[in-house]
Formats: sequence, structure tokens, C-alpha cells
Amino acid sequence: MSGLRIENLSVSYRDRGVIENLTLPVLPRSSVVAVLGPNAAGKSTLLKALAGLQPSNGEIRLHGENLNRMDANLRQHRVGYLPQALPLASGLLAYELVLGAAHAAGGGGGPGRAERESRVEAVIREFGLETLAFRRVSELSGGRRQLVGIAQVLVRRPQLLLLDEPTSALDLRWQLEVLARVAAYARSEHAIALVALHDLNLALRFCDWTVLLTDGRALACGPMNEAITPEALARAYGVPVRIERCSQGHPMVITGGAPGSGRAD
Amino acid sequence: MSSLRTRYAGIVRRRIAWLAFFLGALLLSLATDIATGPSGLSVSEVLRGLFRRDALSGPQGVILWEIRLPQALMAVLVGLALGLAGAETQTVLNNPLASPYTLGLTSAATVGAALALVFGWSAGGLGQHVVVPGLAFLCALGASLLVLTLARIFGTGVDLLILFGIALVFLGNAIVALLQFIADSAALQQVVFWTLGSVGRATWPKLAMLAAALLAIGPWSLGDAWRLTALRAGEDQARSMGVAVERLRTLALVRASLLAAIAVSFTGSIGFIGLVGPHIARLAVGEDHRFYLPASALAGALVLSLAALAGKTLVPGVVLPIGIVTALTGIPLLIGLLLTQRRTW
Repeated sequence: MSGLRIENLSVSYRDRGVIENLTLPVLPRSSVVAVLGPNAAGKSTLLKALAGLQPSNGEIRLHGENLNRMDANLRQHRVGYLPQALPLASGLLAYELVLGAAHAAGGGGGPGRAERESRVEAVIREFGLETLAFRRVSELSGGRRQLVGIAQVLVRRPQLLLLDEPTSALDLRWQLEVLARVAAYARSEHAIALVALHDLNLALRFCDWTVLLTDGRALACGPMNEAITPEALARAYGVPVRIERCSQGHPMVITGGAPGSGRAD
Repeated sequence: MSSLRTRYAGIVRRRIAWLAFFLGALLLSLATDIATGPSGLSVSEVLRGLFRRDALSGPQGVILWEIRLPQALMAVLVGLALGLAGAETQTVLNNPLASPYTLGLTSAATVGAALALVFGWSAGGLGQHVVVPGLAFLCALGASLLVLTLARIFGTGVDLLILFGIALVFLGNAIVALLQFIADSAALQQVVFWTLGSVGRATWPKLAMLAAALLAIGPWSLGDAWRLTALRAGEDQARSMGVAVERLRTLALVRASLLAAIAVSFTGSIGFIGLVGPHIARLAVGEDHRFYLPASALAGALVLSLAALAGKTLVPGVVLPIGIVTALTGIPLLIGLLLTQRRTW
């Protein structure tokens, strides 16, 4: 079966349930899925569990394959995860970080050395990092480090991308560029990208689907234009909002009223 | 414009040149160390004696083969061991101030040696030349096992590991101070000398043990080079690339503990090398561990070999303990590299 199926997924931190029995409709391939919700809703935990970095119960099936029963090596070929934390400010060169990520995807029938180096070169140029490629990561700004981290994920060509707040350190131009490139990647490679975001307008503009979480439960899940409603957002965030179209036709979330005054329930 | 891969190939060549430089400088320092000493052996006598011991008189043969060669080689091997141990420790604890000393290994070794010296233990007639390093080794190994066990119980959080290590340093220092307080003057002098660090107790069997440990552990460390490099991007980044971070951290600490425990049990307290060797290497070759690990080992060996040489030449007629002079040779090398790299990068 094509797509990402999540059934009865539960994740705990030290006996405290963060996500409990989460079941979602099948998330289709070639789509970008916004993972939305207030702070501590379980967005990062969900992405970590899907990446296999957080033990979980339940079923996670990617195109029919159960990720939790998959060999760890194979799983990291299928799944690319960008943590919320930026790459460490280490003495490694930006080029080496991306090359190392490509190397990780190299074993077990992955691309050969020449192919890996071509991919590294292409992705570094795609993110405008060629003049910084041979700088130590410790010398790069937070935004550049985030771009290097994204390049590390994309160079591995995963089928499932899990990006935890990939635009948190980026300026406006690169927020748009990164999400446009992720969307283009998902379409061209028939991949699924789950992107945890706080900026609802970026989510509305670039994502096809959404999972709206509160307290580890899905308040809404579905195609963006159906699942994201003013009522759902007001319930999730506790702020009255309206959704209007700008002069270019893009939907935009506009807040109104004092925080907490517009709960729809 | 040249492709990125061509430019990176140039960087790799420069790093290999740095490794060659460290190796060449180390061999030069080793040769000078062997040829230097208060006994007045000429260079030609040393050269002849190296190839044919019977070309020297009896006492000259003893000086070259039982004193100078083992001591010079001990400085090199201990430097290699502590440099490598420091590099792995700094990487897996993600802390530039980490070293085998920070984990409490050196302090624990000192406790072991001080116990044997103060109480005059000879363990069934083995003699203090065996019991002192033996107990130092056991205590250092015990300290590393304690740190690893506590970390396993409470989770291998990096900060927690360092906290355990620092606690062990203070505990070890307190026990040694207590032992010094109750020691007689002869034992006190021996404990103080041990804490200064010296290659004066080097013997061929000790060299063979340390060389065997290095031959076993060095390639093992290099086998983890790419995983250690991946860890320098961050723990979650490394995990997402399939690196089993907890396992890697435990194995790296076991390797570092073994190397440091063997090294300090033979030479006494030498804490500086495990810290400065990796920093010199990092400045020269970066943090790709294929180059960083061997460069740290070679830089550690170079600093300690130069220290051994300086210990013989700084005060004419007197051989200073190596632990006293390591900072004198290591810091200029570190500052020199800092200045050079600032100009070229």
C-alpha cells in the first residue's frame, strides 16, 4: 500500500505518555505534510518516533513496509530526519558534513563514490553553500548551519523526510526557498515530507496535508484546505483566527482578538 | 571554477602532508632524545651502538639500551596513547576540555601508586616495581569501570559523565593528600615524584605491553572514524545516520580508559598530553577522524618526546621529570599553530 500509515502509535518519555494511540489517515506519497500544533503538542516526538530515534508502540508502515520491524540500516536509508537542534558548531567543514551524510547512505546497495560526490556537489550548490563549503561549521551562522543540516538530509534521497522546524533559523528568502525545494523534492522523488512548523502561513502555502496535534492527539488531519479551519486552529492554539485569501490568492491566517478569548469550543 | 570535489581533494592532500610532518618531527625528536644525555656518549657512538651493542663498552651499552632507548620510546608510546585517548574522549563527550584526566583516571592511578608506596605493599614478593604500576593500573581501570557503570545506570548523558569524572578527580586528590599526610618522609618523596610523571621507570616489557595495547586499540579506533566524525555533527544527526551513539560512546571510553590506564600506570601522572594533543591535531587537520585520530596520537607523542628532550637539556646534568616540562613544550607548539592557522584560514 502506497503512502505512510500510522496506527495506534504511542510514545512515552519515562512513563509519561506524550503520544497515545495516534491513528491517522494514510498520508499520500508526493506530498508535504505540515505537522502543526502548539508547544509541547508532540510534534517533535512524533517525528523522532517515525525516525526510529524514540521507542514507540504501534504500526508505522511506509509503502506497506513496517518501519519498526525494519533493519536499522535499511530504515536509515528510507528515512531522513532533520533534528530541531542545528548541527553542532564543530571543526568539521560544511562539505564534510554533507559528504558524511552521503557516505551514510552509501552502503548496502546505495550510490557509488562518484555518484555520492556528484550529489554532494549538486545539493551544496542548490542551497547556495558553495562559497562556504570549506569553512568550518563553527564559523557559519545559525541559518547557514540549518541549510547544511537540510542538505545533509536531502543528499541521502530518503523516501520519507522528517524535518523538525527546518526554517527556524532562516531568513524570509531561505524559508521560502527551503520549503519550495522540499515540495519539489517530494513531487519529483514521490517522497513524503513531514514538516513540523510554527508558521501557519508557510504551512498553508507549501503543504498539501496537515496533522494538527494537541496533547499528543490529532485534532485534525487531512488535506490542508479541509483540515485547517479557523475553528480547529482556535481550539489548538487558543487564539481566535480567520483565514482569508491575499491578493495573490494564497490563503493566510490572520489572528484576531486577545489570546484565549476566541476558543471555539 | 574547480569543482568542490577537486578542492576537497587538495584539502585531503594537505592533511596527509600534516600527518607526514608530525611523523617526521617525531622521528627527529626521538633520534635527538636518544642521542642526548648527561653521560657524554657521542652521536657516532650512539649510532654504532644502536646497530651493534657490543661496539660499546659495558656501561655505555647499558646507558643506551637500558636507559636512553626505553625512556625515549616510552615518551613516544605514552604520548601516542594519551593523544589518542584524549581525542576519543573529547569527541564522545563533546567537550574540548575532556581528557582521561577529566574522567578521573589519572587521579585513580595516583591513588593506586600512593597506596602501594605509602604502605610498602609488595604482594607476595613481587617487588614495588611491579606492584606500584600494577595497582595504579587496577585503580585507573576501576575508576573507568565506575564511571561507565554509573553512566549506564543513570543514562549516558554527557554532562553526567563529566560530572562523575570530576567528582572522581576530587575524591582521588583527597585520598592522595590523606596518604601523603600519613606517609613517612621517604614514602612521601616517592609519592611526590610519582605525581610529577616520569619515563625513568621505563623497561622493555612495559614498552611491549603498551605497544601491544596501541596495536590492538589504534586500528579499532580508526575503524570507528566515520561514526566519530558523524557524531561531531550532533547526537541526533548521528543517530539519524544509523550511528548507535550510546554504544559508540561506551566503546570509545573503554578504549580511552585502557590506553590511559596502561600509560599513566607506567609513567605517573601526565595529564596535559591528552588535552593538548587533540587540540594541536584539530588545528592542523580538522575533525575528520580519519586524520584527526592519528594526528592527535602523533601530536601527543611529539609533545611528550620533545618534553623528554627538554627535561634532559634545560638544566645541565639534571634530568627533570617529564610531567614538569610537558606544558613547556606543548604550549609553544599550540600557540604557534594557533597563530599560523589564523594567518592561513
